[in-house]
Amino acid sequence: MSGDAGGSPEPAPASRRNAGAPARRDRGGRLWGLLAAPGALWLVLLFAVPFYAIAAVAFGYTDPVFNAPVPEWDPRYWDVTAFTEILTRSVTGDLRPVFLRTLLYVALALGLCVAIGYPVAYYVARHAGRRRALLLGLILAPWWVNYLTRMLAWLNLLQDDGYVNDLLLFTRIVDEPVRWLSGNPVTVVLALVYGYIPFFIVPLFSTLDRIDPLLLEAARDLGCSGRGAFWHVTLPLSRPGLLTASAITALPMFGDYYTNTLVSGSPTTTMIANQIEFYLLGGTRKELGASLVLLLSALLMVLMVYYLISSRRAEEGVT
Amino acid sequence: MRRRPWVLASVTWAYVVWSLVPILVAIQFSFNDGRSRSTWQGFSLQWYFGSSGSVADDPSLRLALVNSLTVAGLTTLIATPLGVATALGLARWRGRTGRVVGGLTLLPLATPEIVMGSALYLVFTNLYLFVPLGQPAQILGHVTFSVSYVVVIVRSRLASIGTDYEEAARDLGCGRLTAVRLILLPLLTPAVFAGAMIVFASSMDDFVISAFLSPDASSVTVPIKLYSAVRNAPTPALNALATLLVLASLLALLLGWLVQRRTTLFIMKK
Repeated sequence: MSGDAGGSPEPAPASRRNAGAPARRDRGGRLWGLLAAPGALWLVLLFAVPFYAIAAVAFGYTDPVFNAPVPEWDPRYWDVTAFTEILTRSVTGDLRPVFLRTLLYVALALGLCVAIGYPVAYYVARHAGRRRALLLGLILAPWWVNYLTRMLAWLNLLQDDGYVNDLLLFTRIVDEPVRWLSGNPVTVVLALVYGYIPFFIVPLFSTLDRIDPLLLEAARDLGCSGRGAFWHVTLPLSRPGLLTASAITALPMFGDYYTNTLVSGSPTTTMIANQIEFYLLGGTRKELGASLVLLLSALLMVLMVYYLISSRRAEEGVT
Repeated sequence: MRRRPWVLASVTWAYVVWSLVPILVAIQFSFNDGRSRSTWQGFSLQWYFGSSGSVADDPSLRLALVNSLTVAGLTTLIATPLGVATALGLARWRGRTGRVVGGLTLLPLATPEIVMGSALYLVFTNLYLFVPLGQPAQILGHVTFSVSYVVVIVRSRLASIGTDYEEAARDLGCGRLTAVRLILLPLLTPAVFAGAMIVFASSMDDFVISAFLSPDASSVTVPIKLYSAVRNAPTPALNALATLLVLASLLALLLGWLVQRRTTLFIMKK
């Protein structure tokens, strides 16, 4: 993602011919700063400060009179009791299975995204021929349908007497209706795949599409089989796209609680974001919710750094 | 000639069917002549209008639709100019501060919605107490996550335009702002429209941030309504609401495409 905008080249100096007129250049510099100032101020006040508010609540104290949590804005007086509690529960206590389950579900869903998404993106980029425009349109279509609408669609189909069970019973694959919607982990993983795979396929497609077909021809001229050309040329060249697509899909999956609530709603499939929602919107112990958000952010930060390092390495490998 | 990759082709078409058929079935059931969302009972428009539970006659469904459109409209009106100004400034603003601000505009894109939703919820309930939860907070939140889209799109367009036209205008005696107004803004129109459309669509689509910032039934948007109604006694009216949403996105897509085509033709003619 960062590659898109980070790639904008530095513009040439606005007026080389006026190098002797620094006054004019300075005023220009201030103009550009002024243009960007409202946006910068907006993001500081409504993105950076709110982020700090999570820490202030997580490290706040409990008012002894009202027994209510109070945020602490001064880092010198931060109280780590709530955060330590969350940390202990995540490492050894009741939140440990929740974290492990989240990692497992996201890993499985991401694996399925690769298994389904790579062939699809590859086919559309390379072999679709004159159906290419049609297929691209069909693959982009889910982007324009509301996420919850798409989940709702599956809720219709997965009812005990819905079309999916009708089909499975009719083809004799199962003998009695499958209970899809009450705490079935298979449904949760498949719903995550269904929800996020469009965001996986499109960036991967654009990387595969940019691979020069001449390179493949060269590989085949040099004696590669079709399969060899794929393993030695296409796959390594598509690694940056594969990494970006994985990051774009995995990040929101980690923060997803609504898919899980809709298709399961059972405590046996609870993910970390469900716990965050529970503590922040449901209960009175908001400092625990805020601590969980911090912990999740730290985990995602580690993954992001890993992504940045490996995607840089992948790009170096390409060039 | 290589042999046709029929395995890849069947995977692709199977994927397309899998990704789109459920939506078509959901649309089909919005026309169901009965309360079931899994058994077809004949065609009817009763869930759109005419019966007490239909979209047109259920005040809570109507309110959700109006709320969604209001929030998305106002978000687009604020985020688009804000994003365009920021992109213009950042594209020409060199030095460390400019780079820091540039990085700041990318961060919301890499922040999961639940993190941003919790952050905004906690800041509005603990620090910015003068902003009431509900529509005002929702609009501020939506602008925050969507302004980055405009910045990214406009900046990449600016990079491809380059500085030549602007310099030419300056050499012909234009002031800096006049050059921006007369040269850059017209060239940027397609990118600005694309950005505005994405802002509108993502605001309509957003569930997490709207839900975290919605304290009661008065600020319920369509996604919140879909989410909460699924869990208690859903009727095909829900499918009808979802169908209207799909229709709205199709219209927006068509409108955007028409505007884009007209402005590109206009620039080319000039």
